[in-house]
Amino acid sequence: MTDMIRTSGLVKRYGDVTALDGLDLAVPKGTILGLLGPNGAGKTTAVRILTTLLEPDAGVAEVAGIDVHAHPDKVRERIGLSGQNAAVDEHLTGFENLDMVGRLYHLGKTKSRERARELLDQFELDEAGDRPAKTYSGGMRRRLDLAAALVASPEVLFLDEPTTGLDPRSRINMWNAIRSLVDGGATLLLTTQYMEEADQLADDIVVIDHGRKIAHGTADQLKTQLGGERIEIVVDELGHLEVTQSILGELCIGDVQVNRQSRKLTAAVTGGAGILQEALRRIDATNVTLLDVGLRRPTLDDVFLTLTGHVAEEKPDEGTNGELVEVPEEFKEEEVV
Amino acid sequence: MASVAHTLGDGAVVARRNLIKIKRVPELLLWTTMSPIMFVLLFGYIFGSAIVLQGTTYREFLIAGIFAQTVVFGATFTGAGMAEDMQKGIIDRFRSLPMARSAVLVGRTASDIAYNSISLVVMSLTGLLIGWSISTNALEALGGYLLLLFFAYAVSWVMAYVGMLVSSPEAINNASFMVIFPMTFIANTFVPIDNFPSVLKTVAEWNPVSTLAQAVREAFGNTDPSMYNTDAWSLHNPIVYTLIWIVILLVIFIPLSVRQYQKTAARSK
Repeated sequence: MTDMIRTSGLVKRYGDVTALDGLDLAVPKGTILGLLGPNGAGKTTAVRILTTLLEPDAGVAEVAGIDVHAHPDKVRERIGLSGQNAAVDEHLTGFENLDMVGRLYHLGKTKSRERARELLDQFELDEAGDRPAKTYSGGMRRRLDLAAALVASPEVLFLDEPTTGLDPRSRINMWNAIRSLVDGGATLLLTTQYMEEADQLADDIVVIDHGRKIAHGTADQLKTQLGGERIEIVVDELGHLEVTQSILGELCIGDVQVNRQSRKLTAAVTGGAGILQEALRRIDATNVTLLDVGLRRPTLDDVFLTLTGHVAEEKPDEGTNGELVEVPEEFKEEEVV
Repeated sequence: MASVAHTLGDGAVVARRNLIKIKRVPELLLWTTMSPIMFVLLFGYIFGSAIVLQGTTYREFLIAGIFAQTVVFGATFTGAGMAEDMQKGIIDRFRSLPMARSAVLVGRTASDIAYNSISLVVMSLTGLLIGWSISTNALEALGGYLLLLFFAYAVSWVMAYVGMLVSSPEAINNASFMVIFPMTFIANTFVPIDNFPSVLKTVAEWNPVSTLAQAVREAFGNTDPSMYNTDAWSLHNPIVYTLIWIVILLVIFIPLSVRQYQKTAARSK
């Protein structure tokens, strides 16, 4: 398999801050790589280097076998970029935005216009297509931005946090759109700080922190690597949290995580269903009523916590508040029991 | 290497985008056209009441000066437009596309020719209403208008460069005010320079805004004998001297701006 995206030893410093500290990546043709990390981990810097927007201080970056530093123009012909901030002109209509991008890819007048209409249809923006983009909702702008990245049907796509700030419904729409891209044969690098997103979309996940790769594998591999399942219990009353916590504490490895708001306790265990049965027996002896019980494999959130010692959303400057991101039921980890 | 046709084609796409903004935000155009009207009326009636010329009326003398001042000030739009673009995500989109590197600048400066053309039309109509007229032929007059637009285009490249150096679009107004205001006033734009103190007079004689106004007055036939009370070569050959300035500005600021564009855009976030 050919690697459509490759970096080796990528380094980028901003003054004293090292944004990238020797990053190696390889993305085979037709696959999605999820680049996962908290704010400031270096995800955007990596994308900016690969899309010719930034020069690295050291290391090599290649897209479709072309050296990004040596031939930026050739790279630009083959890539599409959808950035963190929707890069659309707000005074232009959706159609005008896409048409403009088509002309700048030198598709020609007729082809640009056709492609613009086609993409507006595909992203359900056909009705809003002739309204200025400043009238669009956040989700619509993101879809328009993604559509702009697809105008020239590029072989390689870079999506930098495509769903940050979107509501759950828009996020699922975006996920579906992204899945259909890879069905069309594109190679994709996706950055995200949402564990669920990498889990849902990526064939391969690279976890980075402080500009360095700290883990690499498929979602399953990463979870297996960290071993063990998680017992999740929701109790009926706040007052019952403490007693349940101490019971779980006797059985689990490490600390029991308690979320008071949802009255949920999470504990890492080894020994699977047997341990869960034991826990339930002990809780039964008390007057605690359980609203929900489950044994699940670790999520990428758990993975990240274990790898870095801190939660992923360390700097809550984008509307996230340290809580895990709420994801609709159907996208939650399937429970083993 | 991107060919010239490639650059112009991409520049035209960007210019079209800038012009659509004028259509969508008509207030911009309103202010662009209101201030020249105000200038023509204000100066025409206020200064006109005090200044007497021998060969022509003050209002005739004034028009070319106001034209020169307005198109030079118009370059501020270029600077503000560039400063605004550099702050937005759209510049990342442009830089990741296989378009000519200078296209954003080419498009920006080109679309501002449209701004200037519109204000020239509005000012000409206002001028006609208050008694200005062209006493030469259409061809010469056209030459005058072209020289104005050409000079404004060169100054646009200067302001595009400045626009990328400042941190916000608002800063450009202050920056340009400090430079453009004296540049358009220490000149023969609004009053004859005969009675200027000696140093200022020399500056005014060699100021390209003076020679631009002088050349345009000649093109419109709004000349006055006092305009030639000078030994300065520049004012006796205003067209050539102005053209020299245009070439110098373009030769310096086109490459400088293109380089700055690459640098600034790479730095932003």
